[in-house]
Amino acid sequence: MPSSGYDRDLRNTSNAFQTGPNSAVTETKMLQAADYDYIRRLVRERAAIVLDETKNYLIETRLQRLASTERFASVAELVALARRDSAICRRVIEAMTTNETSWMRDVHPFEGLRHHIVPEMIRSRAGTRSLNVWSMACSSGQEPYSIAMVLREYFPQLLPWTLRILATDISTEMIAKAKEGAYSQLEINRGLPASLMTRYFKRDGLQWRVNDDLRTVVEFRPMNLNEMWPTLPRMDIVFLRNVLIYFDIETRRSIFLRLRRVLAPDGYLILGGAETALNLDDQFERVTVGRSVVYRLRSGSL
Amino acid sequence: MKRTVLIVDDSRAMRLVMARYLRELGYEVLEAANGRAALSQLEAQAESPDVALVDWNMPQMNGLEFVQAMRREPRWSEVRVMMVTSETDCERIEVALCAGADEYLMKPFTLEILSEKLAVLGL
Repeated sequence: MPSSGYDRDLRNTSNAFQTGPNSAVTETKMLQAADYDYIRRLVRERAAIVLDETKNYLIETRLQRLASTERFASVAELVALARRDSAICRRVIEAMTTNETSWMRDVHPFEGLRHHIVPEMIRSRAGTRSLNVWSMACSSGQEPYSIAMVLREYFPQLLPWTLRILATDISTEMIAKAKEGAYSQLEINRGLPASLMTRYFKRDGLQWRVNDDLRTVVEFRPMNLNEMWPTLPRMDIVFLRNVLIYFDIETRRSIFLRLRRVLAPDGYLILGGAETALNLDDQFERVTVGRSVVYRLRSGSL
Repeated sequence: MKRTVLIVDDSRAMRLVMARYLRELGYEVLEAANGRAALSQLEAQAESPDVALVDWNMPQMNGLEFVQAMRREPRWSEVRVMMVTSETDCERIEVALCAGADEYLMKPFTLEILSEKLAVLGL
């Protein structure tokens, strides 16, 4: 094989695969135990998030990304500065509280939404013609926009309805990014069916921007689930996915207690793949919807 | 029963890397360096593969032409087709989907992304 062809082949292959957080080369110096403890204490105090020792890898990968972007020589250096500098400290907390998300995450809940939950709500709410959905930990927006895509794509009869998707997250940075609705090629690639991508996004240079007809359905607001909740409308469908793991038992129970009053009596609560409400609040019962497990309030609950 | 994938890409390096990963995911791997060779592979198999991962720009018969040829044959209608290409124009994507591709994966991608896209296809 001619050497130039081989070189080009190798280069093209390595270009085709992204193997890490890209950009700056940052040395991965393992953190000291004291650093892990500091980060754990920090996120616990400031965001009521509990990370045990098994989550050290999470601390490394999240901070690795931040360290690379901010051009620190190592994660250890980033943590050292966070101890002294409140702005960096805030960035560290944000990095620890955000979630890398894909579109239609775990697939089944969105199938459940499409084939069971929404058709049922179309019948039960035919009088009011209004649907309220809450994405409780929306991160950079993939979840609420995915919900919006399901509603818009498969339910044209919902066009004259009042559709509101409230999307909240503790991170103001994530909310700003979600509001902008612009995603990199790597981000847009993640689990989004190509037909939905071409229908609901427009390419803008190297980015993909969400179309206005999706954008108008979603309202983004920063919100800390651990603090007092603002007044909320009755929610028909609530997504609380992959965020409970960060809270201790008391905080989880408190969230469920408040959810009892926010969720419609016949509404649905959707948790993350491996999550359960069973040991948290017996007013919620497990229901199988298609291939996913969701929760509803027991009839007669307050 | 093991799933089978047909990788269609003129880059040998690309085929090697993808094959290694797909084997880890439990797939039997078939390979072809262009559309024409891929059609021969399909003819030669008693059972159709579950999915074909198809590059766009290849000599002899490119990815789009291969998809069109595949979709003319009812016996291969169950094979899921995912374009795997650095062509990222909206028009290109729509042309590929209209021609019968089921999914579209843009290079560059991570192995995690490939796995998620396979899940979109029900694999």
